[in-house]
Amino acid sequence: MYAPYPENMMESIKKVEATREARMKTEPRRLTAEEKDDLLEKFHPDYNPDSFAEIKVGPNKGQKAPVELAEMLHSTSRLMTDKVDISKIDYDVDVLVIGGGGAGSSCAIEAHNAGANVMIVTKLRIGDANTMMAEGGIQAADKENDSPVQHYLDAFGGGHFKAKPELVKRLTSEAPEAIQWLNRLGVEFDKEDDGRMVTTHGGGTSRKRMHAAKDYSGAEIMRTLRDEVINLGIPVIEFTSAVELIKDDKGQAAGAVLLNMETGDYSVARAKTVVIATGGAGRMHYNGFPTSNHYGATADGLILAYRAGAPLLYQDSIQYHPTGAVYPSQILGALVTEKVRSVGAQLVNANGEAYIHPLETRDVNASGVIRECREGRGVDIPGGLKGVWLDTPMIEILGGEGTIEKRIPAMFRMYMNYGIDMRKVPILIYPTLHYQNGGVEINGDGFTNIPNLLVAGEAAGGIHGTNRLMGNSLLDVIVFGRNAGKKAAAKYGEVTLGNMNLDHVAAYDKELKDAGLDTHEVSPKLLPKYARHERTAE
Amino acid sequence: MEQMVNVYFYGKKYQVPGDLTIMTALEYAGYTLVRGVGCRHGFCGACTTIYRIKGKNELHTCLACQTQVQEGMYIARIPYFPTDKRTYNIEDLKANQEVMMSLYPEIYACIGCNACTKACTQSLNVMQYIAYAQRGDFKACAEESFDCVSCGCCSVRCPAGISHPMVGMLARRLNGKYLTPEAEHLNTRVEEIKEGKFDEAMKDMMNKPLDEIKELYNTREIEK
Repeated sequence: MYAPYPENMMESIKKVEATREARMKTEPRRLTAEEKDDLLEKFHPDYNPDSFAEIKVGPNKGQKAPVELAEMLHSTSRLMTDKVDISKIDYDVDVLVIGGGGAGSSCAIEAHNAGANVMIVTKLRIGDANTMMAEGGIQAADKENDSPVQHYLDAFGGGHFKAKPELVKRLTSEAPEAIQWLNRLGVEFDKEDDGRMVTTHGGGTSRKRMHAAKDYSGAEIMRTLRDEVINLGIPVIEFTSAVELIKDDKGQAAGAVLLNMETGDYSVARAKTVVIATGGAGRMHYNGFPTSNHYGATADGLILAYRAGAPLLYQDSIQYHPTGAVYPSQILGALVTEKVRSVGAQLVNANGEAYIHPLETRDVNASGVIRECREGRGVDIPGGLKGVWLDTPMIEILGGEGTIEKRIPAMFRMYMNYGIDMRKVPILIYPTLHYQNGGVEINGDGFTNIPNLLVAGEAAGGIHGTNRLMGNSLLDVIVFGRNAGKKAAAKYGEVTLGNMNLDHVAAYDKELKDAGLDTHEVSPKLLPKYARHERTAE
Repeated sequence: MEQMVNVYFYGKKYQVPGDLTIMTALEYAGYTLVRGVGCRHGFCGACTTIYRIKGKNELHTCLACQTQVQEGMYIARIPYFPTDKRTYNIEDLKANQEVMMSLYPEIYACIGCNACTKACTQSLNVMQYIAYAQRGDFKACAEESFDCVSCGCCSVRCPAGISHPMVGMLARRLNGKYLTPEAEHLNTRVEEIKEGKFDEAMKDMMNKPLDEIKELYNTREIEK
C-alpha cells in the first residue's frame, strides 16, 4: 500500500477514504451569516486580544495593531543615527516607484507610457514579491451571467461591508480591462480553444469569474510585467530599500532616502510624485504564524508612510489563508492554492467529515480549520502541530485523470518533492499568514493625505475591507498599480518642489521619546531575522 | 534528538538538522541572506544552487528553498547569473520563425547535449522547448516551458551560451498575445463598461443603505 505519511495519518486517511464516495454526492451546506460571525469570533486570530497592542503615536494613536507591527511603529528611524546629506541627489525623477512587484511594475509601465521619467527601487530583485507567488487566479466579471455590480457585491460583502465603496467600484469596474491589458501584453490565461476564458469559483464568489494561468497565475503575470519593464528600459534599482520618505517644506512628498542592501551605502532620490508599492507583511509573523509570503514582506511602506503622517486603515485585519502546508515541515506555511478547492477538493477532518463548505470566504474557512484542530478533530503532526485534510484525490475523480497535473502543476510538484502524490492521498493543511487586509489609507484615485504620495497594491488599505476574496489581490495590484502610474504621470507636471527635508523623521522620533517608547529597534524592518545569531538575540 | 547531517557551505563544514532545506540550513548555520533568497516557496527562482555529494561525481542543480539537506552535500549558491535578455517592442513582433532568428539566433547553435534538461530544477524538458523555438512552434514552446521559474541553471550549463528562460518567455508572450484567440466575451464586457452600461446599477448599489446591501449579499444566488 502507498503510505507516504506516518502511521497515525494513514489511519486517519482510511476514514477519509471511507467517506469519500458519500461526501462526493452531497455539497456541504453554506453557513448562515450568524454562524459565520460566531465562528469568526471564537476562532479567528484577529479576535485574539493578546496578539494586538495599542498604537501610542501618530495618526492612528489609540487604535490597535498586531504586536509586531506596533513594535515597528514604535521604533525610530535608521536616520536618527545614520546621517545622510539629502542635498546630494543621486536620482532625480518624475515618478519614484518603491517596490518591484505586481503593483510597482504595472505602475511604472503606465507612468512610462504616459511620458513620465519613472524609476523603480526594490529591496530584492524586480519580481521578488507576493505577486510572483499568487497561484489561484484573478477575478474579473467578464462572463455573460456576471457584471461588475455582482463582483462589487461579492467583494464588499466578503470584506464584511467595511471596504471603501469608491475603491471597490474601481476594483470591479476596471477588472475586465485589466485582464485585457495583461492578455495583450502576452499573459497566457487558461482558455478554451475559441479563446473563451476558463473561469472557476473562489471562496465567496457568486459567479465563476476566477481567471487563471494553471496555478502559476501570479508568476505568469509577474514575469510578463518584468519582461515589459525591461523592454521599456525603465530603470530598476535592485537590492535597494527606501528607508524613509523625503518631504519638502510645503509638506509634499519629494523623494526617498535609499539604502543599498548589500553595501550599506545610502543614496537620495528626488521625485515629484512617489508611489509606495512595497507589498505585505507576512514575514512579520503575526501571532507566531508561518507565512506564505516572500522574504521581503515586512510592511516597510506602512512604516514610511505613517512616519510621514499618512494614516493606516484596518491595520488590525490580517488574512490567514485557510490552506497552508503543514506537513512535511520543509514546506510549512507554503500556500496550497484555493484553486485546489475550486477544482473540487473538500476540507475533511481527522474523522473523515466534510465539516464545512470548501468555498466559504477565507476568514471563515481558516476559523473552521482552527476549530476542528482545537476541538480534537485535527490530525496530529510530528512537532506538536495539527492540521486537517484537503481531499485532493477527489479532483481526479471529478475532473478525470490528469486534472491535477494540468490544473495545479505547482502544487503537484511541491508535494512530489517530498514523495507525496496528491492524486492518491489527501494533503494536510493549517492556516498560514497570507495577506495584509489593511494598509495605508488611500482615496478613490490612489492618493494618500500627503500631497503627491500614492499607494498601490497590498500596502494600500480599504479596498478589501477586513477580508479579501481569492483573486482580488492579483486584480488589485494590476488595477491600482496601473491607476497609480497614470495618476502620478498626470500629476507630476504641476508639481514644484520646495526645499527637501527629513523634519518629519525627527518629529516622529520626538513623539516616540515623549511617549516614553524605546524598543531598541529601528524600522522599517526590511528583512526578517532568520540567521541563528539574530534569532537568539531576540 | 533531531538527526544532524554534515554539509559544506562553500567548502566549510557545518552540522545542521537533517530535516532542513538548504536555505533554512544556511540560516541555521548563521548566514543572513540578502542575495539568493526570494519567495522561499519555489516560484521566484532566486535561490539557484549547485551541489555535489561527497565522494560522488555528479553535479546537481536545485532551488535551495525546495531541497532538503543530505549528508555530505558540498553546496555553492549562484545568486546571479548573466542570462542575456534581448529587448523588443511586443507590439511590433510577428509570431513567426524570424523572430527567434533575429532575437535569439544562438538557439540554432544548440549541440543537443541535453545538459539544460538535466539541470532544470522544475524537471522541464528544456532542450525540447528550445527545439520548438527553433522551429517557430511557439505554442509548443510556451506549453513546455510554462513552469519555468528562471533560476538559470540551464543557462549555467549550456555550452552554446543560450539563455533558455528568455527564449521561453518570448515564446509565451507571443503565444499569449498572438497565437491564442482573444476572448470575445472579455472584449465585449470592456466595451460595455466604457459605454457606461453598468454605471446606473453600480451607483444604485453603492448608494443602498447598509442593511439592504447585507440582505442582498446574504441571499444572493450562487452559480452552480
